Amino acid sequence: MLQGWVIVLTSFAYLGLLFAVAYYADRRADAGRSVIDSPYIYSLSLAVYATAWTFYGSVGRAAVDGVGFLPIYIGPTLMIALWWVVMRKILRISKQHRITSLADFIASRYGKSALLGGVVTVIAVIGILPYISLQLKAVSNSFTIVLQYPEIVMPAKLGAVPLLQDTAFWVALILAAFTILFGTRHLDAAEHHEGMVAAIAFESLVKLVAFIAVGAWVSWGIYNGWGDLFARSAAEPKLAAMLTPFDGVAGSYSGWVWLTILSMLAIMFLPRQFQVTVIENKDEKHLNKAIWLFPLYMLAINLFVLPIAFGGLLHFPEGGVDADTFVLTLPMAEKQELLALAVFIGGLSAATGMVIVETIALSTMICNDLVMPVLLRLRALRLNEQPDLSGLLLGIRRGAIVFLLLLGYLYFRLAGEAYALVSIGLISFAAVAQFAPAALGGIFWMGGTRLGALAGLGAGFAVWFYTLLLPAFARSGWLPLGLLENGPFGIELLKPLALFGVGGLDNITHAMIWSMTANIGAYVGVSLLRAPGAEETRQASLFVDVLRRPAEPGGPRFWRGTAPTPELFNLLARFVGLANAAEAFADYARRHGQEKPEAHPEADAELVHHVETQLAGVIGAASAHIMVASVVKEEALSLEEVRAMLDEASQIIVYSHRLEQKSQELERATQELRAANERLTELDRLKDDFVSTVSHELRTPLTSIRAFSEILHDNPELAVAERTRFLNIVIKETERLTRLINQILDVSKLESGRAEWHESLIDLREVIEDTIAATSQLFKERDARLVRRLPAEVPKVVADLDRIVQVVLNLLSNAVKFVEPGRGLVEVTLTEERGFLRVDVRDNGPGIHPADQDVIFDKFRQAGDTLTGKPQGSGLGLHISRRIVEHYGGRMWVSSRAGEGACFSFTLPLAREAALA
Amino acid sequence: MGEFDVRGQRLAALCLLGLLLFNYPLLAVFNVQGALFGVPVLYAYFFLAWALLIALMALVIERRG
Repeated sequence: MLQGWVIVLTSFAYLGLLFAVAYYADRRADAGRSVIDSPYIYSLSLAVYATAWTFYGSVGRAAVDGVGFLPIYIGPTLMIALWWVVMRKILRISKQHRITSLADFIASRYGKSALLGGVVTVIAVIGILPYISLQLKAVSNSFTIVLQYPEIVMPAKLGAVPLLQDTAFWVALILAAFTILFGTRHLDAAEHHEGMVAAIAFESLVKLVAFIAVGAWVSWGIYNGWGDLFARSAAEPKLAAMLTPFDGVAGSYSGWVWLTILSMLAIMFLPRQFQVTVIENKDEKHLNKAIWLFPLYMLAINLFVLPIAFGGLLHFPEGGVDADTFVLTLPMAEKQELLALAVFIGGLSAATGMVIVETIALSTMICNDLVMPVLLRLRALRLNEQPDLSGLLLGIRRGAIVFLLLLGYLYFRLAGEAYALVSIGLISFAAVAQFAPAALGGIFWMGGTRLGALAGLGAGFAVWFYTLLLPAFARSGWLPLGLLENGPFGIELLKPLALFGVGGLDNITHAMIWSMTANIGAYVGVSLLRAPGAEETRQASLFVDVLRRPAEPGGPRFWRGTAPTPELFNLLARFVGLANAAEAFADYARRHGQEKPEAHPEADAELVHHVETQLAGVIGAASAHIMVASVVKEEALSLEEVRAMLDEASQIIVYSHRLEQKSQELERATQELRAANERLTELDRLKDDFVSTVSHELRTPLTSIRAFSEILHDNPELAVAERTRFLNIVIKETERLTRLINQILDVSKLESGRAEWHESLIDLREVIEDTIAATSQLFKERDARLVRRLPAEVPKVVADLDRIVQVVLNLLSNAVKFVEPGRGLVEVTLTEERGFLRVDVRDNGPGIHPADQDVIFDKFRQAGDTLTGKPQGSGLGLHISRRIVEHYGGRMWVSSRAGEGACFSFTLPLAREAALA
Repeated sequence: MGEFDVRGQRLAALCLLGLLLFNYPLLAVFNVQGALFGVPVLYAYFFLAWALLIALMALVIERRG
């Protein structure tokens, strides 16, 4: 079933399906229900990293040196761990400045330099070109191979074909048309290509499924699982060596490490990665999930690389089949037509995904950072007077896409056969790695300057060109091979593959060491030579401090100058169309609460900045700056002024930090005040309770004194015995009153802290003995027994003797008061604990209900219902006792169960040695 | 809020861990003959360590607070 027309038809059907996906996503986006607004789609779109190079080339590389393909995916995993720090910053910057491409990003950082943007674009185009041609090669090779079915013939053996019969040529043209349809159907001010992203995400799924399918089939279809496969490989002497690929010396790992570093940089600075990661990002939060989902994708697509590589090597032991094609030739050799077709489609997705995104990214760069700045400066073209330039912009981009693909084809045609897939990809990686110092330095280091970035990029690129591209040309036969063997003009020190005599490294490691040295050295060195200018300082501050500034930052603060509003409006309309321009102005009006900004004759600085940002979203920062400058009467700011403004800005930040602190402090103080207020209210309520309780307690004896006094007064003829009895009651009640008032005074003194304490060393045993003696009358009256358990001798404590007597007396009299007359038993125990003396007074009275055990220490609280039960005391004794004990650092508590008596205990800390002396 | 908040620090530490795991001399430790569940030791090590790293990254990202 693998006839030519089936393959072509399937391919076109697949491309049609892709287009349908993109069309659907675009429609949904227009309706405001974006399908790509999801972290999962975002993660899948990042997988555009896995190109045909991954799909076919990984196996090829694995078949040569075992694990050499892994750093290309492990490096990005490590880099992505740093994305939380690095990429969040780049995303924030790019959204605020409406960055349209990597070139725009770097140009914008270094003072919106059009020259720098152009240089980045040129490097990117030259560096990526081999990579694009690699995709063309992969598609056309796989197509050619499938066509030969059931024979397995390598394309290189088929010989040169004329242009019009060359599949790669047609592939290039079809892809160009397809990319134009995807990427440049209309001009989007935000440079978002929702349809393209949806299609890319879909392709990522297709290539993953296809690769895993063929991997699983090789592992379990041809062989009996991985164990069988690797055991057979270990039996072959040639393959066994690849199971331990490092040859034991530390030096053999350096190539591995440099490949890891190279891939770490590539994942950030490949134009297509920058496009999907930064430009097409819908929401900064999508990054979170992508940080682990995307590495997981890379792990999954690499899982079967080694089994396929070893399977291929075992299956075609005589060679003659290129390892780069194992993914396809294994199913073909086993007559699995459907699987072979699936692989072909998988490879097609990998290649088309890469080509589409890469050429869109590069065409944006070519248009915004290379062609437009030049066109705008050419006054002869009178572009300033054109009413609508959006057609021109689209035209340039479409032209750039065709140009790039034809150039890629040319490279393929002329040089394609000299290298395996992986080597070509690595040359491109090394080229984009040159952007790293300027881009990463630019977001973390204020001191990097435009000249420094130019010097670094220039030096790095020159070294890359000399050590990687020239040798590639030489091997393709464009240059004499003698250049590699003897150096230029026979100068050995300048040999491109062993610069300054440093040999013995693989070409990528060698090129990376020298180009990074030159790049970073020149960037830092030249930056330090001269201080940055005004525009550079301003942009540097906006980039480096982006996370510390509030959104919509400082542009306006740095602007001084105004522009006629109509001219500004027309300028914007020329690039984005009338409707979009009106929309942008309306948006500005909404956010600033202005009626109609276009009605004012003079636009203020903020509106000018707004227009420039909008424009930057279409033509890039550098071009936008040129365009706006042509209508704005900007007063040039001197470096001193920019510095002053920056200082002011950073002071404002400091102030706002302080303000935030102050307001937090204020909030804390408010809370404390509120708590204090609540406590005061509570205290006030307690005081009211106290007063009313006291009045109540005082009134009871007073009432009875008054009643009996009145009886005595009104009945002079009362019998003497009766009179004496009444007078006795009056005396008793008066005593009770006195006692009560004394206790109330005591409480108030204790509570206000005005109580007087006369400390001395006292012997608690003696105190207890004395108090027992003093209460013996009470015990006799109620016929209660008292048991004492006192040690012969105890250490002394420091306390006020009278107060402690008061406490013990209170406990004893309470105990005897509550026991049943005639059967009462009170136990007094004194024990020494660690650092404390403990006194327990246990009785066999009715006990105290658990609910009451806490409240009996409160003022005027007694166990039981005070209204019905007969009050047996003032309700202040325990409260005072506890306060006294706590004053000396002791504790007082009660343990009891209803019906089983109660045990009141208190502790007093022992006197310290010093006090004893 | 700077770039290096708690999560940033944890992830940066994982990056360093990865640099350690996939570098000399740890690679040399596993660059030996033999097989783990039928898979050559070095290859098994690569994919297990890689999976571990991704799992830790997911843990740092997805854990609340």
